[in-house]
Amino acid sequence: MAVLVVADHDNAELKDTTNKTVTAALALSSDVDVLVAGKGIAGVAARAAKIAGVRKVLTAESDALGQHIGEALSACVAPLMGAYEAVLTPATTVGKNFAPRVAAMLDVAPISEILQVIDANTFVRPIYAGNALETVRSSDAKKVITVRATAFKAADEGGSAPIEAVDPGPGAPHTRFVSEEIVKSDRPELAGAKIVVSGGRAMGSAEEFHRVIEPLADKLGAAVGASRAAVDAGYAPNDYQVGQTGKVVAPQLYIAIGISGAIQHLAGMKDSKVIVAINKDADAPIFQVADYGLVSDYKMAVPALMEALTAAGR
Amino acid sequence: MKVLVPVKRVIDYNVKARVKSDQTGVDLANVKMSMNPFCEIAVEEAVRLQEKGVATEVVAVSIGPIQAQETIRTALAMGAERGILIQTDADPEPLEVAKLLAAVAKAEDPKLILMGKQAIDGDNNAVGQMLSALLGWPQATFASKVEVSGETVRVTREVDGGLQTLELDLPAVVTADLRLNEPRYASLPNIMKAKRKTIDIKTPDDFGGLAKGHLEVVKVSEPAKRVAGVKLENAAELVAKLKTEAGVI
Repeated sequence: MAVLVVADHDNAELKDTTNKTVTAALALSSDVDVLVAGKGIAGVAARAAKIAGVRKVLTAESDALGQHIGEALSACVAPLMGAYEAVLTPATTVGKNFAPRVAAMLDVAPISEILQVIDANTFVRPIYAGNALETVRSSDAKKVITVRATAFKAADEGGSAPIEAVDPGPGAPHTRFVSEEIVKSDRPELAGAKIVVSGGRAMGSAEEFHRVIEPLADKLGAAVGASRAAVDAGYAPNDYQVGQTGKVVAPQLYIAIGISGAIQHLAGMKDSKVIVAINKDADAPIFQVADYGLVSDYKMAVPALMEALTAAGR
Repeated sequence: MKVLVPVKRVIDYNVKARVKSDQTGVDLANVKMSMNPFCEIAVEEAVRLQEKGVATEVVAVSIGPIQAQETIRTALAMGAERGILIQTDADPEPLEVAKLLAAVAKAEDPKLILMGKQAIDGDNNAVGQMLSALLGWPQATFASKVEVSGETVRVTREVDGGLQTLELDLPAVVTADLRLNEPRYASLPNIMKAKRKTIDIKTPDDFGGLAKGHLEVVKVSEPAKRVAGVKLENAAELVAKLKTEAGVI
């Protein structure tokens, strides 16, 4: 039977996490449809139709769907599930918000943040902040799954699936959108970036965080991240937070500056390909997971690193 | 306005979970247990609503073994008025937990359910959303600000890329994120006072029973460990390694 992927997008652009979720879905079934639920999403749907392996793209449009309201999304997705044996969506704040609702509506157990598909009923997922991996087998006829996108390769482009509109559902009669503050940035998105430069509590102030972390990130074309301590102290906005309770990243290169390496931070970045740690405390736990370490005050190390990168032609 | 706060007893936040050698789960024998940190934030927010005169009663509910009374006692010491323990040694799945809580909500008739966004053991991040769906109440997850006014609640949510603010009609379910507040430490007099507050001990059967789970845990294993790499002398050496050895820049 077919499976449904609910696309991750901001009404303007399709996110790479969708392609990664399609890869997870193709491990369950060769019939994968993608639902793009939002507002003014023709461009997003056209992109989704190009993902290789996608059979059909469904579109649903309403104001509430465009605002990613959980009640509206679940009310749109649940009635479609007659035709699917599973629904998968990336474990973003949107996905985590609506997917369990769909599970409750179908009276099934949700399966959160899968890292691996063993077979159509069996999945691996992290528990205890990633300190343990749980293999679970579902006995439900229909599965509702969120996918940790960094654990899957992105499905290629090259498809040309047909696009078909479906019922957007009743919306969210008891929930009203008030406002949104989305940080605009020219830097790559944290979750999908190839290089991430993160700063920790050692920065000491928001000004210092900007002054030290951002130029290095820009030199490397990297996204900017932060530890929970730095976010809690107000040095960086909350959506910069890398960790079990923030964003989970797995870039090619992760540079941790002035971050000690608390368990909850490591859980958010330890699957990075190469980890660099810069910290003046040689005993900081971050060095236990770092491929390359510089035991040095960031005030010295970061300018030196900028210089060495310039010398190396970056 | 009555506020219901579900709380969970979990491994203490500062204890590193260790996988049992037979891969049946995580070793919880002789491990310090505490209230789930996100639940603590929810209790704090409910108590603040009470102190502002918005909430008239805060009821803490927990589902778990008899020791979960201590978790409820912590909530009572923080300022909740009474507790309900649904005693079970089973480790119910999020769907079952949500069903029991929905039954509690029907019996208690709160205007607001404030709870943690996830428990730090199962990391499912699901019960609040499922409870909202089962009750047919609106939801606001990952809250960093909660303002009740009359028959509505305005919630600022931490979402990818920034913040979103929603207004919900009450009754509603709100789940707490890390930055909603900083939970207080209970004072000694309040801890003593909490000992005299009531905890009703119930069973799952009092709230519709506990169905068989839908998920079978095949095994619990340790994640691949990273090996510590090398410490380098200077930035130039680091750039050279990143270029030639790792090939990432």
